[in-house]
Amino acid sequence: MATLSPTLSVKYPQTRGGGGAGAPPISGGGDGDGRTGGNSPDHGQRLRRARLGLAVGITPVIMLFVSFTSAYIVRQGLPTLDVRTNTYVHDWMPVNLPWVLLLVNTVILLVSSLTMELARRQITRQAALAPVQSIPGVSLGEERSLPWLGVTVVLGLGFLVGQWMAWGALESRGFYLATSASSSFVYLLTGMHAIHLAGGILALSYAAITSLLRKPVEARRIVVDITAWYWHFMALLWIYIFALLEIAR
Amino acid sequence: MASTEIVHAHAAPQGFIRKYIFSLDHKVIGLQYYFLALIAVFVGMALSLLMRIHMVWPTANLPIFGHIQPETYLMFLTMHGTIMVFFVLTTAPQSGFGNYFLPIQIGAPDMAFPTLNMLSFWTTFVAFVVLLAAFFVGAPIHGWTGYAPLSAVPSAGPGEGLGADLWITSIAIFCAASLMGALNFITTVLDLRAKGMSMMRMPLTCWAWFITAILGLLAFGVLLAAGILLLMDRNLGTSFFVPGGLVFTGQTAVPPGGFSPSTTPIKHSGGSPLLWQHLFWFFGHPEVYIAILPGMGVASQLLSTFSRKPIFGYKAMVYAMLAIGLLGFVVWGHHMFMSGMSPYSAFAFSIMTMAIGVPSAIKTFNWLGTIQHGRVRFTAPMLFAIGFVSLFVSGGLSGPFLAQPVLDIPLHDTAFVVGHFHLIMGVAAIFGIFAGTYYWFPKMFGRMMNEKLARVHFFFTLVGTYAIFMPMHYLGMAGQTRRYSQFTEVGFLTRLIPLNKFLTYAAIVTISAQLIFLFNFFWSMAKGKKAADNPWEATTLEWTTATPPPHDNFGGRTPVVNHGPYEYSVPGASRDYVMQTDPATAATPAH
Amino acid sequence: MGLALLLVIWLITFFSTYFFVAKTWWLPAGASAAAPWIDHQFALTYILMGIVFVAAQGALGLFVWQYRDRGTATKVQYSHGNTKLEALWTVLTAVLFVGLNLMGSHVWASERFEPPKAGAVQAEATGLQFAWYFRYPGPDGKYGRTKPELVDASAGGEAAVGLDTSDSAAKDDIVSGVMYLPVNRELDLTLRSQDVIHSLFIPNMRFKQDAVPGLLIHMHFTPTQIGDYEIACAELCGLGHYKMHGMLKVVSQEDFDKWIASKETEKQ
Repeated sequence: MATLSPTLSVKYPQTRGGGGAGAPPISGGGDGDGRTGGNSPDHGQRLRRARLGLAVGITPVIMLFVSFTSAYIVRQGLPTLDVRTNTYVHDWMPVNLPWVLLLVNTVILLVSSLTMELARRQITRQAALAPVQSIPGVSLGEERSLPWLGVTVVLGLGFLVGQWMAWGALESRGFYLATSASSSFVYLLTGMHAIHLAGGILALSYAAITSLLRKPVEARRIVVDITAWYWHFMALLWIYIFALLEIAR
Repeated sequence: MASTEIVHAHAAPQGFIRKYIFSLDHKVIGLQYYFLALIAVFVGMALSLLMRIHMVWPTANLPIFGHIQPETYLMFLTMHGTIMVFFVLTTAPQSGFGNYFLPIQIGAPDMAFPTLNMLSFWTTFVAFVVLLAAFFVGAPIHGWTGYAPLSAVPSAGPGEGLGADLWITSIAIFCAASLMGALNFITTVLDLRAKGMSMMRMPLTCWAWFITAILGLLAFGVLLAAGILLLMDRNLGTSFFVPGGLVFTGQTAVPPGGFSPSTTPIKHSGGSPLLWQHLFWFFGHPEVYIAILPGMGVASQLLSTFSRKPIFGYKAMVYAMLAIGLLGFVVWGHHMFMSGMSPYSAFAFSIMTMAIGVPSAIKTFNWLGTIQHGRVRFTAPMLFAIGFVSLFVSGGLSGPFLAQPVLDIPLHDTAFVVGHFHLIMGVAAIFGIFAGTYYWFPKMFGRMMNEKLARVHFFFTLVGTYAIFMPMHYLGMAGQTRRYSQFTEVGFLTRLIPLNKFLTYAAIVTISAQLIFLFNFFWSMAKGKKAADNPWEATTLEWTTATPPPHDNFGGRTPVVNHGPYEYSVPGASRDYVMQTDPATAATPAH
Repeated sequence: MGLALLLVIWLITFFSTYFFVAKTWWLPAGASAAAPWIDHQFALTYILMGIVFVAAQGALGLFVWQYRDRGTATKVQYSHGNTKLEALWTVLTAVLFVGLNLMGSHVWASERFEPPKAGAVQAEATGLQFAWYFRYPGPDGKYGRTKPELVDASAGGEAAVGLDTSDSAAKDDIVSGVMYLPVNRELDLTLRSQDVIHSLFIPNMRFKQDAVPGLLIHMHFTPTQIGDYEIACAELCGLGHYKMHGMLKVVSQEDFDKWIASKETEKQ
């Protein structure tokens, strides 16, 4: 079971400041379930709040790509005025995409989603078992979450390198950023995705560092959990972009 | 009553830097935003004064500025609009007051993500600095709306080189900051309300901040997309907005900024200027509701408080704000009736635009219904709330003219439009900020603002702004086009110079009157009469706590809410207001 | 204070309304076929909105005075609203606003949904920084080719629009800085721009349309009175936006034909 039961009430030493998520550990939050727990920060609640924040935060990223998509679709169908003949022509030139390379990159990203999910479940288990570990005399096997996180970082970087190679392949076929409207959109969509993915890699690296900084496992779990959902979103977004560029050429 | 738990959102900060510069406390951050907006509004007003003076005395030699060139006028115009819309109207009502009072009004010790909150302020600050930097290299001349190709081709005009790049960059940074803020507001409302504070017991200010944040969340991403595409067109040779075969030959002077007219065709192809307009206005229309909704929330709050009467139709007010927010996303085309857009689309947009007038009318009726049969106290905040209603009516009713495409034909891009949006955004929304300031000043600074000075400020500003902006409707009908630096070249415009002179005099007087407010504000911070915890005898949660509020807002106690936000003059109650945290009694049951 | 507010609000309302009713500054005289229709819709709108304006501001002023706190004598009606009333004024407002829009929609439809009738005069308006040029296709009824590379605004006339004189259809094209039109004949106008967005605004014709680079925009209107009418640019186009001034001369059919003929002769 990979979830922390919200009715579990545990005592932790008060952490300094608000940590990464910065969520205030108060009771209530609308439903006012009258929690009494003294000074304990409720990590279940903090996790929920962080997830809510992520869902809200992903919305503008979606809007960004919705804007790019609508510009793409409209531009595709838009006739261009040839000023010399005063007639409208359709000047959309479908791009010759290096789809094999892009397919490989897609597989890399999907595998990284898998490893990310493994990392997320691993630290969830660790967080669930943490109270048990605080019982003197009890010890569990030292499970390290670093490998899966690290693998995900490597795969993510691999994806970025693969995208870089894909852009190189495009250039060798004569499609630069400003070559045509269609090529501009290919670079735009893949480039903006890559930038957002790079942000995700930074978040992953931060998640990896928190384990080295010996932050409490509950706080680390929140960071990894949020990053994981963001990472999955990045994979879905990539599939969408790839499909759009391939199907709506 | 309140629970007996001790809770801390985060430990109270030590040291000047943590307390006042990089504070995580939403109250400090709210004030930081407010003071940023205060600086911005005076810069914006100075620019508008220079503009108004130039419009009627174009050859005048001004102190410091000398003789203002037509392109300089347009730089002032562009920066005035950008500064006012982004750094005043999107900042003070939402990020300023919202940050300070949303957590307190819902009974939370802080925002959901205090660190993100701190980052969002400093990002806004950086955006402001980047924008002001454009002044030093030649600010752009393309207006706050930045239509391509004027904004997309560096040789299209002075300031369209580096100045335009800085302008776009500043806006992009502002988008990021706003999105961070919106994230915080939404999560806070959904997840941090105190026990008993259901959504339908929230003050209307909180509903306004919530809906505004949702609008921002959905709209700013689109503006960011547009800005990215524009930067690419300008610097990377793409053609999202720039069509082919353009020739730029019209410049008659080469200004010191250094651009050269080109007689060779510009290398672009197939871009659509209308695409910029669609993307910009898809953001731009929700943006104007972002500017006005918090003011509506404040007006509702104050009209109820100072009429000693519940707000008329609380649920209708909530639904009206939700309807305005929702409809606000499907009317953007009404800015584009003359743009070359399909006339069929224009018809569809115009029907939706008329529809959005309905919830606005409902709110106005409800404000009137709140005052009716009430017991009005003419405090400074109440004066500005009443002024808000008057200005909202005036600014709103010129909307149905512009919403009809056939009437937009004579009125588009004239002073009629300028009068319309200034009355509703530039004045009504500002009155909302003034009202909020006079109302919450005691809670923020522990002192009252001076009532007499407030009244002088109010009457000068109400009459003065009407004197400036109501005649713009007449000028627009007579054909006065917008964004003209002077009216000497067109016959039907030279006839309108006398009325324009009157507007300039009115502007000089009205802007000067704002110094009264500025003086009152800072003088009262130091020497105002000390304020009680609840000087207005109001009901919402900020008035239950100390003045100024302690670090965690409620001094270690979590509020428990038993009543709605506007329980005034409840029959059988011992006094004419029931605070939200008062215990439920037989006479004042939980509501 | 309540009385002061009432007086100020009512006075503001009075003065605002007065200048609308007195038409001290008003729409200029209409001189096109569409003008009476547009003006009629305008009048309908401003009368209805005017009534709402006076009623709302009047009520606001009245209420703040009538319901001022008069000490213990003032009774407050504790009420959370009236759902029936809400529903009523919602429906009424919706009917008013949407109805008003629909009433004017036929004018928009005739202006924009339908193309010009056959036999309309043809002209093309090109906006550039910072002047308007008007081109007539001449006896062959065809516009000649233009090339961006041939544009030379300093030379004016044909060079300003980049007319390619090697094109046979261009040989009889007339380019003028002044727009001439015959009265009572529909104009089939094509709008172009060479650089940024401009907007052709002829107040007396109740005509306005953006000229967008990259688009050929077709519009039509029918001038109904002989006279000289000013043209202004109505979309910010750069530092010279304020002086992008033009002139429309509406003349009799006879005078128009004479003007065209004289321009053709000049070209020989």
